[in-house]
Amino acid sequence: MLEIKNLSYSVDENGVKKEILKNINLSFSDDKLYVITGNNGSGKSTLLKIIMGIEKQNEGDVLYNKKSLTNMSITERAKEGVSIAFQKPVTFKGLKVKDLLDITAGKSHNLSAMCEILSKVGLCAKDYIDRELDERLSGGEIKRIELAMALSRNAKISLFDEPEAGIDLWSFDNLTQIFSNNKNKINIVVSHQKQILSIADEIILLKNGEVVCKGEKGKVLPLLDGNGCGRLRGEQNG
Amino acid sequence: MDRIDRDLLEKVADLHKVPVGSFNIRKNGEVLARNSTKEIEIIPKENKSGINIKIKSGVKNKSVHIPVLLTLGGFKDLVYNDFYVGDNCDVTIIAGCGIHNNTCKDSQHDGIHSFHIGKNSKVKYIEKHYGSGDGEGKKILNPITKIFMKEGSQVFFESLQIEGVSSTIRKTYVKLSDNCLLNIKENILTTDSQYAKTFFKVELLGENSKCEVVSHSVAKGNSIQEFVSNVIGKNKSFGHVECDGILLDDARVISLPKIDAKSKEASLVHEAAIGKIAGEQVVKLMTLGLTEEEAQQMIIKGFLNF
Ligand SMILES: Nc1ncnc2c1ncn2[C@@H]1O[C@H](COP(=O)(O)OP(=O)(O)OP(=O)(O)O)[C@@H](O)[C@H]1O
Ligand SMILES: [Mg+2]
Repeated sequence: MLEIKNLSYSVDENGVKKEILKNINLSFSDDKLYVITGNNGSGKSTLLKIIMGIEKQNEGDVLYNKKSLTNMSITERAKEGVSIAFQKPVTFKGLKVKDLLDITAGKSHNLSAMCEILSKVGLCAKDYIDRELDERLSGGEIKRIELAMALSRNAKISLFDEPEAGIDLWSFDNLTQIFSNNKNKINIVVSHQKQILSIADEIILLKNGEVVCKGEKGKVLPLLDGNGCGRLRGEQNG
Repeated sequence: MDRIDRDLLEKVADLHKVPVGSFNIRKNGEVLARNSTKEIEIIPKENKSGINIKIKSGVKNKSVHIPVLLTLGGFKDLVYNDFYVGDNCDVTIIAGCGIHNNTCKDSQHDGIHSFHIGKNSKVKYIEKHYGSGDGEGKKILNPITKIFMKEGSQVFFESLQIEGVSSTIRKTYVKLSDNCLLNIKENILTTDSQYAKTFFKVELLGENSKCEVVSHSVAKGNSIQEFVSNVIGKNKSFGHVECDGILLDDARVISLPKIDAKSKEASLVHEAAIGKIAGEQVVKLMTLGLTEEEAQQMIIKGFLNF
């Protein structure tokens, strides 16, 4: 169980305090797939980065199985079983796809293991493992590899930030399998996409840094605007 | 050959034992071992120090090793090596120099190389530089490489400075004829108060000649690196120069890429980026479980391709 308690995050912008997350309280139980949605700029990515330790909250606590992660570094959290697939993946000059997959698994993979991982995201291993993870790959390819790295970590808490952005979801064999096949594991996906929302167990809606609505999919989905998914029905844009 | 020789050979030429085929191993200005074959002949020069390497036309999938070892402090070695590669060849030339200096006097090796590449030949040339030993004496390497490429030839030049070279000034001059392809990859690591300067002059003389120069440098400590390139397009040609530097500590990298399209048909591009190791790359690797140190090492290792 992952708990977020009274969490707030603000930054100083030219001497003015800008509140990005306000008093967030959430709990995520094992075995469930959570989808966080909300307008652009509502704080979704920031929340995931705080769970991973990339950003530090000003107030509040993040607990995993009652143990506080708050004072742990990114590395320590990774070792504790937290993983993240970024909305904007990082590229590297000189590091190959296979080098990165080896790090994620903490050992060197053979070709068939790499095939298994990359085929989950619709890529053929032999075409990619020796390529450098740099800007010569297409945006969609980079995004898929980012996802593959996260999946191969076999993490206890998997954070996916808009995993579907820029890729054609239908080319995936089984979406549900990708985000929720692991038992005793917490999966949190940030998404605007109806398809992803439809496979959620629970949905959390953020607006201007606050949780405005959360609960089982069956309850929350009907409240959401059918088109945007990022806001409640009847609400005006912005 | 003693332990130091073996260590140097392994570092600069990936050799664990005497190679097969043609080779010339030079140590402290003298020949340690040599083998000449019918296809790749190695002939010592008569009037000066060095060798002529003659590769017969049509020789394919063969390699020649010509490593140089220097283990004496205060020794200055100057050598002239000339390569004559026939037409339609496909060969790999592995050069490289390792200096071990445990003394307080400077050791220096200057290799002056010329390459005459025949029509439609493909040559891969790998040159690794390495220094070891903790004497005060410097380990200095100042190579000059001149490459003359005939029609349709291709040269893939990999130049690596692994570590331990106190000072280097390396100059490379290339002339390309019609339909030639030149690909230069340079990876240099400097630490402490080391200095490395590389200079390239590439003349795209032939129609449809093409060159790509990619320099990756990592500078640590107080070291300084300079990258100077001059690509001149005198015909319908294409040139791309890229210089990327990662700085650590108080190091500096200076990049001066010059491109000069003397022909309107020439298309020349240069890109240069110098800066700290990218924070987001370090963070990404940390999210995969590496420590900050491990992440930095991994990024540098990949970037330098060592
Ligand atoms: N370091 C920072 N300095 C200033 N503003 C920041 C900083 N980090 C985040 N923000 C702001 O916080 C808000 C939330 O950003 P965040 O990236 O979390 O949004 P998001 O919900 O993921 O949006 P999107 O759907 O566009 O990805 C944005 O307005 C953003 O500009
Ligand atoms: Mg976001």
